[in-house]
Amino acid sequence: MRIELKNFTKTFGELTVIDRLNLTVESGEMIALLGPSGCGKSTTLFTICGIHRMNGGSLHFGDRDVSDLPSQKRNVGVVFQNYALYPHMSIRDNIAFPLKVQKEDAATIARKVDEIAELVHIPELLERKPAQLSGGQQQRVALARALVRKPDVLLLDEPLANLDAKLRLEMRSEIRRIQLETGITAILVTHDQIEAMSMCDRIALMKGGKIVQLDKPDEMYANPADQFVAGFLGNPPISFVDASVVGDTFVLGAGEIAVSANLMGRVPSQLQLGVRPEYFGPQFGSGVAGKITFVETQGRENLYDVTLQNGTVIRSIQPSGQSFALGDQVSWGIDTDNVLAFSANGDRI
Amino acid sequence: MKSNFKSWPVIVVLTLVSLPLLIMFTFQLVDTFTNPIPGSIWPESFTVEHWRFLWEEPELGRSSIWVVTWNTFVFAATTAVAVTTISLTAAYALSRLNFPARRFFLGGLIILHAFPTITLIIAIFLILQFLGLYNSLIGVILVKSALELPFGIWIMKGFYDTVPWEIEMAGVQDGASRFTVWWKLVLPQVQPGLSALLIFSFLSGWSEFVLPLVLAPGNEAQVLSTYLSALILDDTKPDFNLFKSVGMFYAIPVIAIYLIFQKKLMNIYGGGSKG
Repeated sequence: MRIELKNFTKTFGELTVIDRLNLTVESGEMIALLGPSGCGKSTTLFTICGIHRMNGGSLHFGDRDVSDLPSQKRNVGVVFQNYALYPHMSIRDNIAFPLKVQKEDAATIARKVDEIAELVHIPELLERKPAQLSGGQQQRVALARALVRKPDVLLLDEPLANLDAKLRLEMRSEIRRIQLETGITAILVTHDQIEAMSMCDRIALMKGGKIVQLDKPDEMYANPADQFVAGFLGNPPISFVDASVVGDTFVLGAGEIAVSANLMGRVPSQLQLGVRPEYFGPQFGSGVAGKITFVETQGRENLYDVTLQNGTVIRSIQPSGQSFALGDQVSWGIDTDNVLAFSANGDRI
Repeated sequence: MKSNFKSWPVIVVLTLVSLPLLIMFTFQLVDTFTNPIPGSIWPESFTVEHWRFLWEEPELGRSSIWVVTWNTFVFAATTAVAVTTISLTAAYALSRLNFPARRFFLGGLIILHAFPTITLIIAIFLILQFLGLYNSLIGVILVKSALELPFGIWIMKGFYDTVPWEIEMAGVQDGASRFTVWWKLVLPQVQPGLSALLIFSFLSGWSEFVLPLVLAPGNEAQVLSTYLSALILDDTKPDFNLFKSVGMFYAIPVIAIYLIFQKKLMNIYGGGSKG
């Protein structure tokens, strides 16, 4: 079901947390609200499910105006960060609770619980108590409980934050699989760009109560709207370098590179360049000289910090098995076609 | 269980400290069933005559022990139920709802809890008399419940505070009303506190002395504590062994409840954590 948030405003006392935010989630789409803590992403989520009231604007599920409806009548499934399972009930009763509240008959409840347990792969756990389950299993139960009454919208509030690294990887694809199988419209709140990029159709990157950019993950990565977006997406992160333009070259602290054709003639004399680690290295020639000040081995790849003479650090990621070592003086090149240029106030050029 | 210190010194110290109490209780029990030789502490002959108050007709001017026991039970049980029900709802409101003057009520609770209630006794006496509840069990129950409430609310609020709010939000999202959420999802989480408070306020009512003494001195509303006190004040025919037997009779339910429910009672001092 299509979700449409129009001119949504939220204030806490004197403080305006979110000012006239607009967001449309298409039916069956999974969208991520991504941003640093305090950016208003959780506030937005809790407004959509009805825990917070709106101070302005409107919210539509499909054609239905739900702006003033209480949570109980919105038909929204929510998965909380700590799963919020009911500790005194068995897993079966946990999942059945939303149906029991709707006073469905026992046979229907049993059938629906079995179906959803099958979907999230927990049929053997139904008679246990939440405390007897691992984090990943509790997560599956929480998903089952949120989905069992076929909600219009599924909301996920940092669902992976409490899991260890390996489970997180597994649940990432599991949540996406379940979302695709049910075809439900979903909103994921996260501060982890990898989760957002790997699970969602589109990402809404938020900062200070505003959506800075709303785009497909790869598009957002390749074409960030501004310096904040460029810095937020990408792991290892992008490096920013002060540069000045002399003729048709960018002059960096220790070296120079050619201005690419698409930027030619559009750049101011002083600017910042954003260089992603995969576009800096010996395979792009030479010209930027510095010293390797940090090496991080990641198995398949190595991450190098190259410190230029003026102190600027540019990160580079290289396939492992190369002979660069800490302290080496290197002169590497930058892939000029993929350099991102930003003006002094952070806008993309 | 292996411990990182030796347990026998602790046991020795605890035994020495509790020895006087143990001796006193032992002699109380022994004395109720025996007749000692005057001047000696050792019993001479076995008898149940000191317990005759249980089956004999009461002496003139005294109530039957069973009526008094029933009064005490009604007083303690009603107080316990009233305190627990009101604490359950009031503490939920204080813990979860954002209503006007919430901080004032919280502060008031602490002050009332620390307030020496005995100083209120004259005012309460006047109010009860004005309402026509003086010298009635209902009057004492109302007063005792009211005085017990700050403690109960405060304890229950502590238990509610440990329940994660996400559980309630999840319940609301699942379509349940706030009342259903409280009844089906939150109450089971605070159940240890509920049982502890119920037992604790029952015991507190069972042992209450001053309020019945002052507010219901008549024979109809007599409870065991005032019965016992009347017994020793009656200096025309002092019978210490009878006094000891009634005292024993009075203490038996308390001891039994402690033995059965001691784990649940400890919850109240554990601040709601399971120990």
